[in-house]
Amino acid sequence: MNRLMMTSLLTMVLWGSGHVATASEAPTIDLGHAKINQADDASLQRGAKVFMNYCSGCHSLEFVRYERLAQDLHITDEKGAVYTNLMKKNLMFTGDKIGETIKIAMRGSDSALWFGVTPPDLSLIARARGTDWLYGYFKGFYRDDSRPWGVNNVVFPEVSMPHMLLSLQGLQEPIYETHVMHVGTETQVTKQLIGLKPGTKGSLTPEQYDQVVNDLVNFLAYAADPVKLERERIGIWVILFLVIFLAFAYLLKREYWKDIHD
Amino acid sequence: MSKILNRLLSWTDERFPLTQAWNEHIGKYYAPKNFNFWYFFGSLAMVVLVLQLVSGLWLTMNYNPSSEGAFASVEFIMRDVSYGWLIRYIHTTGASAFFIVVYLHMFRGLMYGSFKKPRELVWVIGMAIFLVLMGEAFMGYLLPWGQMSFWGAQVIISLFGAIPVVGEDLALFIRGDYNISGATLNRFFALHVIALPLILIGLVFVHIVALHKVGSNNPDGIEIKYKKDINGIPLDGITFHPYYSVKDLMGVAVFLIVFAIIMFFMPEMGGLFIEHPNYVPADPLKTPEHIAPVWYFTPFYSVLRAIPDKFLGVVSMGAAVAILFVVPWLDRSPVKSIRYRGMLYKSALGIFVVSFLVLGYLGTQAPTPMGTFLARVFSAAYFLFFLLMPIYTKLDKVKPVPERVT
Repeated sequence: MNRLMMTSLLTMVLWGSGHVATASEAPTIDLGHAKINQADDASLQRGAKVFMNYCSGCHSLEFVRYERLAQDLHITDEKGAVYTNLMKKNLMFTGDKIGETIKIAMRGSDSALWFGVTPPDLSLIARARGTDWLYGYFKGFYRDDSRPWGVNNVVFPEVSMPHMLLSLQGLQEPIYETHVMHVGTETQVTKQLIGLKPGTKGSLTPEQYDQVVNDLVNFLAYAADPVKLERERIGIWVILFLVIFLAFAYLLKREYWKDIHD
Repeated sequence: MSKILNRLLSWTDERFPLTQAWNEHIGKYYAPKNFNFWYFFGSLAMVVLVLQLVSGLWLTMNYNPSSEGAFASVEFIMRDVSYGWLIRYIHTTGASAFFIVVYLHMFRGLMYGSFKKPRELVWVIGMAIFLVLMGEAFMGYLLPWGQMSFWGAQVIISLFGAIPVVGEDLALFIRGDYNISGATLNRFFALHVIALPLILIGLVFVHIVALHKVGSNNPDGIEIKYKKDINGIPLDGITFHPYYSVKDLMGVAVFLIVFAIIMFFMPEMGGLFIEHPNYVPADPLKTPEHIAPVWYFTPFYSVLRAIPDKFLGVVSMGAAVAILFVVPWLDRSPVKSIRYRGMLYKSALGIFVVSFLVLGYLGTQAPTPMGTFLARVFSAAYFLFFLLMPIYTKLDKVKPVPERVT
């Protein structure tokens, strides 16, 4: 088994016998891209609300602490103390303590049985997949009766997840293009997805839904890289210091080297 | 106060060659006065080494070298340890910076003939440093225990399996298991934080000792020791301190500005310095769509992929590194610096640099028929640079070298 795996792996990696097939065959349908702004507290708070209400039943954020979340999203009073009760009432549904990380109650073995795969932890999904991929994912669900949950996804073909935001977005209908190919005496008919069109209506307008998705992606981007704002704030000062240091280093060098050149 | 310090110094000097060592290597070490931009990278490599040692030391304080805990402990460092993210980003950016600096340092050597007599040993020790550095980087990359950590190590270690007869056993010996596992992680951690850094520091030390024995080369490739004044001081030499210590300080400042821009504003460097799939924990059952080593290995990885036979590919990849060791004996040119060499060497070096960069780019991409074709062409060019060196350096029309540095 191990040998087999290794051999197939190497063949695949070294001589590229048709891997990334799924990626290259996936249709390119433009689903827009996410506008990330981690300084937008309101957007992050709305995103957190969507995540906790629609995602956190199955997906954990096992590296994100409720308390840190509240601090970073400014769910705090003027002195910076976290509104613990507000958090517990609106964003914490598992009876965890405020200092704990965001876990789920569902057992991995159960969910693997129910969905065919354990729903992954989403702490780092925005860094692994990229925010535009996530944006396309949440907008890319469409009706496909051949799938267990009745939906498929443009950017994640054969997805195992149901469309959790269905009630908000409604169900999009696929537009297929049919290709008929004659190979010898046989005729092959393949259909290729070329676009999506509105189907049943959800509770939100398309613009409102885009906003919800953008907030959610923005929140996931925060969860994956919570230190970004602080990092950039400190970075400015470090670089400023180094530029001043460079000026002095240059003057020092010039002073010493005065008598050297020619 | 200064009286006491002076007495302390002479007390020490009677027991330890402190002043002597200072003078020999810093205070009265005479370096050519015409160092240019390319001569910053030696001292910068030293700066990066220190950065890596210090940041690495602090990372070990919270890192958990087990297959169960490694990934989570890295995220713990990134989120819960005070300024842990800063320490880790210094280390990840530092790893790439190390290779950038070292590649430029090596290119300088090829450009100005710093490997030629009497500096063959300086070059060979430097190449040993490069080799150990690659091992250090490779083992360090497994430690975050992400998907690329796991599968990158899987691919590279399984290459040893291509060696006839002993290959499979050798791969097993390296992994300590039939697959990459916690056992592999543990030994890589030990090698990464103790064995290889010790060897690295030792080699850097002898690299400098060997350099100071023969003296530094310069962009003109002239031995400044041949022209001395009545006191025996090279006419074109200036003491390392204060002239080059202040100049290098300036170089360090510029370097740190670039370093800080990357570290604070784009630590992933678009997936080059930290690969995106490495944010997914290692999963032995799920092969990533496209496995690519980190950018600094990709030129050699391209050579490996270009050869349509596994064993020969491994041999070629090894040869691509090994051949650098013998450059001092491949070059037959009577002059050192590219300034006084002819068109043959200049073009050869140009083609070599292009080959190295193209191979590096191709190694980051999924293989395509066109990519494989290009990788073969540029692998050939890479090797021909070395294999034909004895011929074209001999045929090359060189210019007269001036007596004194310009």
